[in-house]
Amino acid sequence: MKVGVAVTSAAEALFSNPMRSLLTMLGIIIGVASVMVMMSIGEGAKAQIEAQISSVGTNVLSMQPGSMNRGGRNQGGGSARPFNEADVSAIAEQPYVESVTGTLSGQGVNAVSEETNWVTSIQGATAEYFEVNNWPAVEGREFTQQEVQGGAAVALLGKTTATSLFPSGDAVGQRIRVNGVPIEIIGILEAKGQSGGGGMGRDRDDMILAPLSMVRNRITGGNRWVSRHVSNIQVLVQDGYDVMEAQDELATLMRERRRVEPGAQDNFSVINFADMIKQRAAVAENMSMLLAFTAAVSLIVGGVGVMNIMLVSVTERTREIGLRMAIGARGADILLQFLVEAVVLCTLGGLIGMAIGWGGVYAYAQIAQAPMLVSPVIVATALGAAASVGLIFGFFPARRAAQLDPIQALRYD
Amino acid sequence: MTGTRPLISCRGLTKVYRMGDQEVRALDGVDLDIHEGEFVAIMGPSGSGKSSLMNLIGALDRPTSGEMWINGRALSEMSRDELADLRNETLGFVFQQFNLLARQDAFQNVRLPLRYARKEAGDIDARAKECLELVGLGTRMDHRPMQLSGGQQQRVAIARALSNRPRILLADEPTGALDTKTTAEIMHLMQELNRQGITIVVITHETEVAGYAKRQIHFRDGKIEIDTAHTDLKRASGDH
Repeated sequence: MKVGVAVTSAAEALFSNPMRSLLTMLGIIIGVASVMVMMSIGEGAKAQIEAQISSVGTNVLSMQPGSMNRGGRNQGGGSARPFNEADVSAIAEQPYVESVTGTLSGQGVNAVSEETNWVTSIQGATAEYFEVNNWPAVEGREFTQQEVQGGAAVALLGKTTATSLFPSGDAVGQRIRVNGVPIEIIGILEAKGQSGGGGMGRDRDDMILAPLSMVRNRITGGNRWVSRHVSNIQVLVQDGYDVMEAQDELATLMRERRRVEPGAQDNFSVINFADMIKQRAAVAENMSMLLAFTAAVSLIVGGVGVMNIMLVSVTERTREIGLRMAIGARGADILLQFLVEAVVLCTLGGLIGMAIGWGGVYAYAQIAQAPMLVSPVIVATALGAAASVGLIFGFFPARRAAQLDPIQALRYD
Repeated sequence: MTGTRPLISCRGLTKVYRMGDQEVRALDGVDLDIHEGEFVAIMGPSGSGKSSLMNLIGALDRPTSGEMWINGRALSEMSRDELADLRNETLGFVFQQFNLLARQDAFQNVRLPLRYARKEAGDIDARAKECLELVGLGTRMDHRPMQLSGGQQQRVAIARALSNRPRILLADEPTGALDTKTTAEIMHLMQELNRQGITIVVITHETEVAGYAKRQIHFRDGKIEIDTAHTDLKRASGDH
């Protein structure tokens, strides 16, 4: 009851000078709005990264020839000797390997269906591809080991490619020609969406997946120096095996197989997806920290403004305080009155800031095509931050009011 | 009434103010007893110490030396909060400038001491209404101070002072800002309250106002010059 009364009288006091109250709230408004935007963007980035983790898997290593593993020059992917199928078999023997697949990709291939044509990329892979990449077929079936060995002219389509080549649907069972080679569609891959965040990645669903040997023999062609070559090897590390350790062991194995002199740089690179995601998470974290810092600074500046105005208010109302004391208000009653006033002021500013922050989050979601995440936790945090600023910065003026001498306050003019 | 324990009691009460290098002895060793049910007027020229005495009796200020007791309790031994509770429960204040809260209406002003009450105050709203009716403002409860005349504002202030059923009503120049007719009304109201048992102490420099009281005390230079409890009333009046 006492607090409820204090809130109404506080609101009255604030509305008696609305312009001053609004200007005082400005810092809080900006602070709370940035808290709101910060947390939403942070949560959005986190959600996106989590989605990536679940779609790629954190225990997958990807290896390609040619570019340096750490520091220094980058010779560019594919500039060094490619891997071959013997490498894939050797890796499959390793204790830390659950499953491994070698792939070969062809860019800018021309696919023609009965309805239309479409320029896309083709990926040749072994039958383990589906397991390693956690990428099952959602329609039709996956190709088998026998089809890979026999070089069968079959393929699965990514979602985008499927809808582009067959706008009327029902791609499975149809035939297409890829760079003139007739291929039967046996399935459609699950949709994976964009790779990378912020709408800048490439569409991973725009591709054709076919048996490795068929792609090498009939579409991309072989390598001059390496027979049965593959351009990329993806390794699914066994559960319970440390991915970083596996990465080191894999690198050691490949250095031996590719006869890299001790001390010389690797002529291949192993990418750890978990690492990449962690790096991206770290970037998002840094961004959040920066925004949090901004928010904290403006909340503090806003708090100082609130403290200043509360001190003015205490001075202006010294006689009122004296009277309240004369009729029996204890110091704690006066403290509560001014503390509540500061908290109400800040919470009101917080509500306005939240409305503005909401707008900011909405705008960001529109521009960056990110999901809009405004959870109750964010709302509570933003409001809580505002109220805390009121409590902290309102305390000093309120205590000053509470400690006034009754007779001096009553005689003040 | 003499013989029973006094409601207000002062012994050697001294208040010294420091003004620059000068020391001003506003009160200089005052001994005074006021018993339950008295109606006392404290008179004297400005600077005679009557307001200082009022502030001390009202537990708003502390003496430089000497001691005072209200209802048997020594004020020097009480904490800030205990003094606040004493002002809330035992004392009621009426000021020359009314000191009403401008943003609140008569009803809310009267309710204020009840809101600060520590003890269970019962039905606060009913009590506030009752007090306003007692001072004849039952129909103007929702008026703000600006909408009321000076006399009406002082009635609101009296209602506020009464709301927590105090034993002592302290009035500092309660009619100083009022005309003659309103002054008479306010003083009659005080007489009526005194008849109902409330002890009243009024500070005034007007002889007519003091005439409503049963006992007059004249101050000069921080000391009691005349106290009609100990001398003849007519002689005291004759001094003026």
